[in-house]
Amino acid sequence: MPREGILIEKPLERLSPKQVQQIHDASIDILNDPGLLCFNENAAEIFQGSGAVVSKVSGSNTPCWHIKIPGKLVSSALKSAPSTVTLGARNPENTIIMKGDEPRVFFITGSETNIWLDVDFPTYASKTDPNKETKIPEFKPRRGTVADLCDSAHVCEHLEMVDGYIRTVNIQDNDIDVDNKDVNKYFASLNNTTKHVMSGLTNLKQLDNVVKMAEIIAGGRDNLKKNPLTSFITCLVKSPLQFVDDTTETFMEVCKRGLPIVVSSSPQAGTSAPIKEAGIIAQINAEVLAGITLGQLVNKGTPVLYGTVPVRARMDTLGDSYGSVETSQYNIDCAQMARFYNLPNYSTSGVCDTKIPGQQSSIERLFSNVLVTLSGPQFLHCAFGLLDCNSVFCLLQAVLDDAHFKMIKFFLKSPGINEQELETVKKQIRDVVATPQKMFINYIRSVMRTGEISPPYPFEGEGDSDDVFALASQRLQELRDKPVEHIDKATTARIFREIPGLLPRLNIYEGKQ
Amino acid sequence: MSENIIELIKENVIQGRITRDDEGIEEDMAGQPGVTELVEEALASGIDVSEIINKGLTASMQAVGQKFETGEYFIPDMLASAEAVGTAMEILKPHLEKSGVKPKGKILMATVKGDLHDIGKNIVSILLRGAGYMVKDIGNNLDTKDIVKAVREEKPDYLGLSALLTSTMVSMEDIIKALEESGLRDKVKIIIGGAPVSEEYAREIGADGYGADGFHGVSVIETMNGIN
Repeated sequence: MPREGILIEKPLERLSPKQVQQIHDASIDILNDPGLLCFNENAAEIFQGSGAVVSKVSGSNTPCWHIKIPGKLVSSALKSAPSTVTLGARNPENTIIMKGDEPRVFFITGSETNIWLDVDFPTYASKTDPNKETKIPEFKPRRGTVADLCDSAHVCEHLEMVDGYIRTVNIQDNDIDVDNKDVNKYFASLNNTTKHVMSGLTNLKQLDNVVKMAEIIAGGRDNLKKNPLTSFITCLVKSPLQFVDDTTETFMEVCKRGLPIVVSSSPQAGTSAPIKEAGIIAQINAEVLAGITLGQLVNKGTPVLYGTVPVRARMDTLGDSYGSVETSQYNIDCAQMARFYNLPNYSTSGVCDTKIPGQQSSIERLFSNVLVTLSGPQFLHCAFGLLDCNSVFCLLQAVLDDAHFKMIKFFLKSPGINEQELETVKKQIRDVVATPQKMFINYIRSVMRTGEISPPYPFEGEGDSDDVFALASQRLQELRDKPVEHIDKATTARIFREIPGLLPRLNIYEGKQ
Repeated sequence: MSENIIELIKENVIQGRITRDDEGIEEDMAGQPGVTELVEEALASGIDVSEIINKGLTASMQAVGQKFETGEYFIPDMLASAEAVGTAMEILKPHLEKSGVKPKGKILMATVKGDLHDIGKNIVSILLRGAGYMVKDIGNNLDTKDIVKAVREEKPDYLGLSALLTSTMVSMEDIIKALEESGLRDKVKIIIGGAPVSEEYAREIGADGYGADGFHGVSVIETMNGIN
C-alpha cells in the first residue's frame, strides 16, 4: 500500500471558476506578449522547431532568444503531461501516487538551507533568587554538513507525517565540491530514509551518476522506471519570464531520462512579479506552463509537477516574506490552478520569517500549514523545520511540525455523521438523561483507545511550565536512537565501486566486517 | 472458589464493569458477570465482607491508581472503576455492621443555591464512593437551610460543597455561618471545590479544606481522615 497523505474532501479555494479561466487566459496572453527570454540555445531551438515564435535578441552580453509560446503549444503539452505522477521509494510502502485532479496532500521536507540550527538547554540562575534555576533553549547556527544531512534523513524517516524527503541542508564540508556534491547528497539521503528522495542538481555532469546510483538501488533501469525512488527539482524559469541557461539544460536532460521532475518558479511579489495577487498568479502560472511545455516538447509524457513557490516581498528589506498572509493566498491559488490543469502541485507552506523556533515561528508556520493543506495541493514541501525564510533548518522544529501536522490530519477526518451513528447517539442521550448523574463519561472509554479522540498536545509541560522545546528535544533524541534500514552491504559496495566521488565515511560498512 | 470470585471482582473493577451488560477495556467482556453480579455471588457463597472489600475492591483500586500513574489509564477509566466500587459498597452496606467493617467515613455532597452545575460534585461523589466512603448526594441548587437540615439529620463526618459560578460561591460562606449558628460547625469538616474557588478562599470563609479537582478532593479527605 502506498502512502495515503490526506484527502481534502472540501478543498479551500479562493478563485471562482471564472477567475481560474481568467488567470489561464492572462497567462496565455503573457506567454505571447511579452513572451519569455531564453538564455539556453537548445531550448530556443526546440521551441522554434515546435511552432513558437523565436528571435535572437541583439545586443545582449550573453546569447539570448525571445520566445513567444502560442496557446495551442501549451494546450498540447498539458494534454501529454501525465495527470498521475508516481514517486517511488526504497520501501514500496512509502510510494507517493499523486493525481492532478484530486485534492490530496503529501507532506515533504526541504528545501535546501545553508544553516543548520543546533539547540542546547543551558541552566540559568535567577539574579534575585540564585537558588531558582531554569533551563532556557539556546539555538546555535552553523554551516550544514553531510553528517547533518544523514541525521536529518534518519529522523525524517521516523517522523510519521513526513511523506517524502527533500534534502534539508546544503552540505558544506571541506571535502565537498561542485563535482561530488550531488552524489553525496543523494547517497546520504537515500541511505538514511526509505521514503522518496527528491533534490535539485548542482552539476549537470553528475546527473548520470545520480541516476545510475538510483538504478543500482532500484535493481536496474526498468525497475527505476517502475519505482522512481528519486526525482529532481529545477528552477528553470527565473522570474520574470526568463529561461536560465544551466537549469534549463539540466531540466531538459532529466526530462530525456523520463524521471519525475518539478517545474518550479519562485517569483517574489513586489520585485520579480507584480505585487497584486492577480499579477503574481498570472505570471507564475505562465512561467510554469512555459516550463511544462518545454518538458513535453523534449520528451512527450515525461512526468512533471506544477511547481510553484510564490512569495511576497518584505516591505522593510525586500527579502522574501514566507510568513506573510499573502504568501498563503498565492499558494492556495496555485493549488487551484494546478488542479485546473489536472497536474499535481508542488506547493509550499510552513516557512516562517523568524530565525529561531518560538511564538512567531509557531504562528506563521501553523497559519500557512493549515490553510495550504486545506487547498489540497498534492505535494506540500518546505513543511518541516524551515526558519528564516528558507535559509535555516532545525530538526527540533521539524519534530514540532510533525506533531502539528498530526493535529491538522486529525481535524480533516470525515465528520462520520450518518443514520446509524445518529440512532446510536440518540439512544445514548436518552439513556444518560435517565440516570441521576447525567454523565456521558462511560461512553468515552469505548472510543478512547480507538484513535477517535484527538490526543493531548504531545509536548505539554507539568503545571504552569512551558517545556515544549525540552520535551520535543527528548522526542528528537528518541527518534535518533531508532535504527533506520540502510541500503544493504552488497548494494552499498557496488555503489561505492561504480559511482565516483562518494565520501568513504558515508559507507557505514567501512571498517566493519 | 472464594479466591476465584475475588479475583474476578478485582479484574472487573479494573475493567470498570458494573453489570454484565457493560463493556470493559478489553474486548468481548460484555455478557460476562460484572461487579454487581460477582459481589452478590460472593455474598451468597458466604465470603466474608471484609475479604471482598480488602482483597477485591481496595486492592483493585490500588491497581487502577497505578495504571493511572503510568499513563495507561485515563480519568474516565478511574471513574468507571470507582463507580464499580461504589456500586459494590451499596450492595455490601447492609452487611457491614454485621461483619464488623467500619466505613471510612460519611460524606454529604451538595451544590449550593443558584448553581445547577453538578458534574464536578457527581465526579467527586463517584471517586469518594470508590475510595470506600459512604456518600450521600443531597442534590444541587440547595438552600442554606436545607443543607443545615441535612447535616443535622445525617450527621456526616464531612460536608462537600460545590459551586461553578462566581455568583453562587458566596453561599458557601453563608452555609458555614449557618452551621456555626446552629451549633453544628464543629461536628463536620467542610471541604469546598469548583472552578471559581481556591485554597485561599477556603481559608477566608473558614472551610476546613479545598479540593482543586476530584482526585485532590479525595486526597484532602483521606489526609483529614488520617489515611495518607
